[in-house]
Amino acid sequence: MAPGSDMEAVKRAKVLMVGAGGIGCELLKTLALSGFEDIHIIDMDTIEVSNLNRQFLFRQCHVGQSKAKVARDAVLKFRPHINIKPYHANVKNPEFNIEFFKQFSVVVNGLDNLDARRHVNRLCLAAEVPLIESGTTGFLGQVTVHVKGKTECYECQGKPTPKTYPVCTITNTPSKFVHCVVWAKDLLFAKLFGDRSQENDLNVQSSDSVDASKNTEDVFERNPDEDLENYGQRIYDHVFGYNIELALSNEETWRQREKPRPIYINDVLPEKSFQKNGYLENSIDVNMAISAMPALGLKSPQDIWSLAENTKVFLEALSLFIKKRVKDIGNLMFDKDDQLAVEFVTAAANIRASSFGIPMHSLFETKGIAGNIVHAVATTNAIIAGLIVIEAIKVLQGDFNNYRMTYCLEFPKRKMLLMPIEPFEANKSCYVCSETPLILEINTRTSKLRDFVEKIVRNKLGMNLPLIMHGANLIFEDGDDIEEDVASNYARNLDKVLAELPSPVTSGTVLTVEDLQQELTCNIIIKHREEFNEEKEPDGMVLSGWTERANDKQSSNGESTSSVLTNGPYVASGKPLVSGTKRKLSEMEEASDNSCNPSSKSNSADRENPQQVDDNDVLDDLVILEVPPEVPKKKKVKCFVTLRKAFTYLMSALQVKRWSHFSVYLL
Amino acid sequence: MTMRLRIAMDGEELTAQQTALYDRQIRVWGVDAQKRLSKANVLVSGLNGTLAEFCKNIVLAGVGSLTLMDDRLVNEDAIHANFLITPEEAKHSGSSLAEVYCNALKEFNPMVHVSVEKGDLHQFAGVFLDKFDVVVISCCSLKDKIAINNKCRERQKRISFYTVECRDSCGEIFVDLQSYASAKKKSDGTEECQLEYSSLEEAISSSWRHLPSKTTKTYFAMRVLEHFESLQNRKPCQFSVSDLPHVLEIRKNLCEAQGLNEFHIPDILLNRLVAAGAREHPPVCAILGGILGQEVIKAISGKGEPIKNFFYFNAADGKGIIEDIPPASVY
Repeated sequence: MAPGSDMEAVKRAKVLMVGAGGIGCELLKTLALSGFEDIHIIDMDTIEVSNLNRQFLFRQCHVGQSKAKVARDAVLKFRPHINIKPYHANVKNPEFNIEFFKQFSVVVNGLDNLDARRHVNRLCLAAEVPLIESGTTGFLGQVTVHVKGKTECYECQGKPTPKTYPVCTITNTPSKFVHCVVWAKDLLFAKLFGDRSQENDLNVQSSDSVDASKNTEDVFERNPDEDLENYGQRIYDHVFGYNIELALSNEETWRQREKPRPIYINDVLPEKSFQKNGYLENSIDVNMAISAMPALGLKSPQDIWSLAENTKVFLEALSLFIKKRVKDIGNLMFDKDDQLAVEFVTAAANIRASSFGIPMHSLFETKGIAGNIVHAVATTNAIIAGLIVIEAIKVLQGDFNNYRMTYCLEFPKRKMLLMPIEPFEANKSCYVCSETPLILEINTRTSKLRDFVEKIVRNKLGMNLPLIMHGANLIFEDGDDIEEDVASNYARNLDKVLAELPSPVTSGTVLTVEDLQQELTCNIIIKHREEFNEEKEPDGMVLSGWTERANDKQSSNGESTSSVLTNGPYVASGKPLVSGTKRKLSEMEEASDNSCNPSSKSNSADRENPQQVDDNDVLDDLVILEVPPEVPKKKKVKCFVTLRKAFTYLMSALQVKRWSHFSVYLL
Repeated sequence: MTMRLRIAMDGEELTAQQTALYDRQIRVWGVDAQKRLSKANVLVSGLNGTLAEFCKNIVLAGVGSLTLMDDRLVNEDAIHANFLITPEEAKHSGSSLAEVYCNALKEFNPMVHVSVEKGDLHQFAGVFLDKFDVVVISCCSLKDKIAINNKCRERQKRISFYTVECRDSCGEIFVDLQSYASAKKKSDGTEECQLEYSSLEEAISSSWRHLPSKTTKTYFAMRVLEHFESLQNRKPCQFSVSDLPHVLEIRKNLCEAQGLNEFHIPDILLNRLVAAGAREHPPVCAILGGILGQEVIKAISGKGEPIKNFFYFNAADGKGIIEDIPPASVY
């Protein structure tokens, strides 16, 4: 496949690049160098310092500016005559509709979240434009090609939606550090500094004290003339001491679990006079970000603080918020780049962890978890960008037999660091690119429409501006142009349980959910169910009906998301999707350079991974079986057969039903 | 923003500036690896599109210093696969490639010391190499590459040596870490092992008939082209389509001498490589520059399993393959 030939297709092409971050910078550069002359970029973000280690089109002086625009300016420097159009906007905006997408010959994604990816996937399907998807995390990456009618769409293989945790695990029974972080960030931090009117599960209910909540609401309010030190200690004792005692009073919970221990200030810091006024004033340089660490002599974010140190940070950070950032209190959202917020959350999470016997973590690690930080390096992004452009060129040249999904591995597999696999055919039961009804098990008497909309329609189905219909009745709609009285009707509906909606939704009802912008319609059959397992089914509802493909549950695209209760970067296992139930049989070995390849096959290479028998690649190689040399020449026969056929034959001959390890001796 | 030459000593913490800038990559390879990177000195000789990518990668990663050697003047051909050179510079600057690269790369990370060294590396005495931890060569004759590699091996200090070639949409990376202690990943953890690398001279004189028959065709193709260049006394990558018959003849002779069937080095592949000459396909530059960047970072930081000892990428099949070519002396 010589790149010189048919570069006309590249020159004429109009490309849409979504995302101008880690992958985007590398991709834009490579597209420009490869002869693309008309590139449009959509990115809603602005540049941050932590981007500069890999997003090389940006400089320190660009911090705060639009990524799309700065990227474009940087590339024009070495390719001044090409057309690059930046959009500093969210790709989910209505302006980027089907008509908009239709103008492009190919769409290339450099996104970092599942939500946007799904949205773009649907628009590409509707506009019938090929999509090249990609993702990276650390040293791992992948590039996948999606062409309607030829390959599966991005959603044919289920992608894991952001992980959520059962409320009781967060409020009552944390067992991992991440649970403590979520508690510290989404409950405690939110309660103290965030929107007071938001519902908050912070207060542990003992089994039957309903009136306890009334009093504890006031606990977090600070009296205007209350001593700062006193307030801090009061909060501390309440959440780490009193609340734990309350939880312990419910014996049932702790029958099978290790009990937490309550922690009170006096136990940790017996000398009360650690916090002197002078302390605070000296340590703050007006030009520096407000931070608790310097005052306490804590220098390195990599250190794991002791319980006493965490306690001091907790109190100091709380004081600093009140003293120096009183304007923020009441509407603050956690931001991973807010040093003081990260310090507070680290301290709070660690103290709670200590209480529950969970190992404590450094600020650096906690920041990563709380901020859903994806670890990233320039090299992987560069490699993936190169692979994307190679696929894009194939798409433009109509070279569809050579489309590949390529995986960039950290450790070589069968000598390969870059592993190409043929794309899969479309999943016939994919609710996105083929129209299969789904089934939702839900308690129609206790679940509200709001829950359905949030958990299913938005989260699981990834719809942005949904419309929900029950037969001919429109029971909910989202959008900017809805009349007031209609909108308030919808708002009323949201608060009703399904069975009590004006047109009641009960077992057997079929709801039609649509997103007009994405041109996606789903039919959902409702099945009433009374009980749900709080641990295993934390949403209280279960959506099913599409056939998941094997091995796809571990896939991750190095995403960071902004959902409230989320998991961090460690969910990315990056295992390549080597699932093969619907693979096309093919010759993988340098197809265009040679037509046959003698190989002597042994399976020792596969033994290093006894759990993962990726037999499909092995089986599809051609094997030449030669008759041993002692047979006279004219009787020699070369038999070309795939290993798959050989084993199928063997298995039936030996009446073997299953195999996991096998040795083959070829003579 | 002031440029800071940072000479980190053992035990010295990274600055707040470094911690903020390198946050995302520290999460990948850790603080210690980052500190080691900041002390490392890299030498690159022979600059092209692939090396532009490589240099960008290691400067962003935060190496201590990068020294560039290439006195060839910038011209319009140079911008083809290169994002470090503007069309203006290509036409008017009168600067050398090294100078132009230096000016561009400095901007990517002011904490890295980027500089130019004039002259031809193969003419420098071995002691010059002691300044460096890593040496990367391209655009150079085989003879010179071998000479530099041997000089690296003669030094007391262990110097990591790499070559990289990108022709059309195909590429080869060679790695020589001499004697290297590596932690190899096993299914139940990691295991320390000592890797012994061959020199370049040894690795390319390996007997073809003894190599596994699935060895990447590109390995053989590159050797054929090297032979051609040596015999014809050509500058590296100076081919044209008219050379093809001669190249095919060399293939025939080599295969006969080495006992290898000619179909291991297909016409199509040689045709592509010869027709391309020194022309690099930009996406492949990104891939090779990325892989090479990762390798150098691994060698400096001591983290991760390094490639031993060749890496190939061919856009025709999309595979990125490691080949462990043993030295000729094994047989």
